[in-house]
Amino acid sequence: MIVRILGEGQLSVPDVEMTGLNELDDALGEAVESGDETRFRSALAALLGRVRQVGAALPDDALKPSELVLPGPESDLDDVRDLLGEEGLIPG
Amino acid sequence: MCRSMSVSMSVRCPLDTKGSAVAGLAKRLSLIFKAKASKAIDRAEDPRETLDYSYEKQLELLQKVRRGVADVATSRKRLELQMTGLQQQSDKLQNQAQKAIGAGREDLAREALTRRSGLQAQMGDLQAQHAQLDQEEQKLITASQRLSSKVESFRTRKETIKATYTAAEAQTKIGEAFSGISEEMSDVGLAMQRAEDKTATLQARSGAIDELLASGALEDASSSGRGDDIQRELDALGSSSDVELELAKLKGELPAGAPAKQIEAPPAGAEAAQPQQSTQQSPQQPTQQPGEAQP
Repeated sequence: MIVRILGEGQLSVPDVEMTGLNELDDALGEAVESGDETRFRSALAALLGRVRQVGAALPDDALKPSELVLPGPESDLDDVRDLLGEEGLIPG
Repeated sequence: MCRSMSVSMSVRCPLDTKGSAVAGLAKRLSLIFKAKASKAIDRAEDPRETLDYSYEKQLELLQKVRRGVADVATSRKRLELQMTGLQQQSDKLQNQAQKAIGAGREDLAREALTRRSGLQAQMGDLQAQHAQLDQEEQKLITASQRLSSKVESFRTRKETIKATYTAAEAQTKIGEAFSGISEEMSDVGLAMQRAEDKTATLQARSGAIDELLASGALEDASSSGRGDDIQRELDALGSSSDVELELAKLKGELPAGAPAKQIEAPPAGAEAAQPQQSTQQSPQQPTQQPGEAQP
């Protein structure tokens, strides 16, 4: 499975990690719904930490879409709302 | 199971297949990026044209990112110049404080140190901004290298697909590569936006600091802005002590036994002699006031 951390690039994560990452991702989704910034930041840090721990950087010339796209470590809830809000806000 | 929270979150609905109350954020974001890419492909009559068009866009973005790196570097250098300027002001105030203490003027020394601490706070702020810019610059450099590799990889893939497949076949062949590069471009585009926002904010602030440095007002950041009054007082102190030194030197040069006392202290009444003389000279005009002009 390929995971992107926005601003940092893509990592290849072994498929056996998928269940664990999905659970952390669901927790992150719930944190976003709750609108609780502290909860969001700790859920994001947990997921980013896990991805970095088990993932290996994908080669620069790889051309593969990601199954998970994570906000960068400095993102806050407003950044996430911007990303979710309108597709038009995502450039490219 | 598709519990709608808001219009903007509607993308998560098709993801809610595992029964969790809320789909993960990372999954939702991934779908948004993919949807964006597939829209672009679907729009084209011949997907092979999409490849060329996308490649042009990739090259444009690459140029933009490289310009972005240069812009951030320029802002960073400007900050460095300002930090040097503030450091010089701060050193000057430190010297002034030392001189003031040497001259026994604790009040002046205190004033200089107070202003210096104001400058130090400004410098701390600039240092934090500098660290931020430095980080943005590094991120953009890395992003531009990564994008450059992917663009080259895409070019090769695109040529192969164009040479080997019909329009209909190409559609299925380019899917992944196109989604991959599209996602990268979106990511880099976001990084560019963030860097532009940061440099714009910094440029506004550093413009204000440039003005302050140019007007010299920073030297009086905590004072009334009358120019460098500490230096003026120190100069005054310096020149009066110079006068004392010169005097002492002159006295030392006088030959022994010379009438030094007359120079040092004129005879009592010598100063009073002048007005006495003038009243003696003009006894006929007793009514003249000191302020009136002489006829």
